[in-house]
Amino acid sequence: MRLTAESIDWTIQGHRLLKEVSLSVADGETFGLIGPNGSGKTTLLRVLAGLRKPKNGRVLLDRVPMSGMRQRDIAQVIAFVEQQAETLDRIEVHEAVALGRTPFLSPLRPWSEDDDAIVSQALVDVDMLHLANRLWHTLSGGERQRVHIARALAQQPNILLLDEPTNHLDIRHQLSIMHLVRQLSLTVVIALHDLNQAMECDRIGIMEAGRLVDVGPPRDVLTTDRLYRTFGVHADILDDPIDQSRIMRFRSAI
Amino acid sequence: MSPLILFLAVMAGTAIGETTIPMQTILKVLANQLWGADYAVDRIDAGIIWNYRLSRAIVAACCGAGLALAGVVLQALLRNPLADPFLMGISAGASTGAVAVTISGLGAGALTLSAGAFAGAGLAFGLVVVLARAAGSNTGGGRGAQAAGAIILAGIAGSQLFNALTAFIITKSASAEQARGIMFWLMGNLSGVRWDDVVLGLPAALGGVLICLWHRRALDAFTFGADSAASMGIAVRPVRGILIGGMALVTAVMVSMVGAIGFVGLVIPHAMRFLVGSRHTRLVPASALAGAVFLIGSDILSRIMVPGQVLPIGVVTALIGAPAFALILVRRTRAR
Repeated sequence: MRLTAESIDWTIQGHRLLKEVSLSVADGETFGLIGPNGSGKTTLLRVLAGLRKPKNGRVLLDRVPMSGMRQRDIAQVIAFVEQQAETLDRIEVHEAVALGRTPFLSPLRPWSEDDDAIVSQALVDVDMLHLANRLWHTLSGGERQRVHIARALAQQPNILLLDEPTNHLDIRHQLSIMHLVRQLSLTVVIALHDLNQAMECDRIGIMEAGRLVDVGPPRDVLTTDRLYRTFGVHADILDDPIDQSRIMRFRSAI
Repeated sequence: MSPLILFLAVMAGTAIGETTIPMQTILKVLANQLWGADYAVDRIDAGIIWNYRLSRAIVAACCGAGLALAGVVLQALLRNPLADPFLMGISAGASTGAVAVTISGLGAGALTLSAGAFAGAGLAFGLVVVLARAAGSNTGGGRGAQAAGAIILAGIAGSQLFNALTAFIITKSASAEQARGIMFWLMGNLSGVRWDDVVLGLPAALGGVLICLWHRRALDAFTFGADSAASMGIAVRPVRGILIGGMALVTAVMVSMVGAIGFVGLVIPHAMRFLVGSRHTRLVPASALAGAVFLIGSDILSRIMVPGQVLPIGVVTALIGAPAFALILVRRTRAR
């Protein structure tokens, strides 16, 4: 499913956090969103997820404007993993993942065995099945993040929005989550801080002070000049002799 | 299972009191009244059972269930374990309304204490909602946390205002006798309850149960906050409005009948979360049942604890509830 944003503006209490952001993510594409702190990545994801209604501009799912859709219809298509979402409730891992089935259930359409199977598969996908009965508050930060991703997968979305999903993960799980994301035949928009991880996206967009300043394949967009201007770092870009993939080495802040 | 427990609790509430009445007599009276059977029973017993104790036990059950559910809903939506049904200024407003009617003679005798309390509760709740909306985005935290924070702060402000008004009216114009009566009412009092109250309380409690069960998955979806609920397809504003508004109405009905009975709405939901977990498919019926049984039990104790005197039920709920809750807390922690 294609996800399109048309000149999105978002203002809160006089601060203009998004300025005329337009982008279009093709069906099945993995789109990376990068930019320094406070550049508007999270706000843009929230608008794309239908959690914030933009003041100007609109979001389209294929050709349908999101503004006319019910929250439930949006949630049947889009899943969103927030950067941090915590709870004090005593819930078990499988109960947290089961929340992902919410948009498909109603008082007249109760929980079924199919839902159980979907929840189990989502737990397998993020390598958490063995912890299915653990209580939430006994999990580590990385485990919690994987549960949130499983919850999003249980929504069986066409479009998956991820806000820095690898932040709390150890290196092995960072790689396995990125691998998982790339494997999914979904449209994915993923905000990332690790620019080397961003290299693995089909295309990336660079946010700077609320604007989307550049969009394109990672090799074209992530240049030393861009790293200097947007991120404020001196960096070297190297080619890995083993597989010719591109690596960034950051030398110093300006 | 739960209808049986509830039935037994109501029967116990009817049987036990200053004069204990045997179960047989109660069943005979019930048969006489409900199916027109013609058992011979003592007319005084029959009067006590039908006109006094049975209606009282049923209203106690309704109040317990309603208040416990209001607690479940507010704790779930506001993501705050200290939320209780009186958070929204409802009990404070009800007290002011009751005091305004009984002491300063508002409505010149045309208004009952209950009507005054209900009007006061509604007024206070309305004020808190308006204030919460106005405060909206000026409190910290994310979008959902903002709304919850605004509601809690507005509730505190509203409650303080109405409590001050109550105190003002009492000190200005009440006699010591009146003040004592009002104090007693404020802590909860079921002794004036009759069938009229059942007609009001039963639909309110059943309505509360239905609203909560209908929205049980929405209540679950708030586990990780309002934004997370929205991303799982919950229309946050309307759902929150229906649930909080509905529970405020239920609470206002209960408070205007029997006064502000504390503790039930705060602690029963927590106790039930320990026992049945925090998924609302089980938590809602469990809390309603536990609240009902707990309040019937408290009412029985309030009648028999001090011979010849009826204690305010709010005193009893806290006296037996606090240690019971402590026990659950300790046991549960050890079990894990």
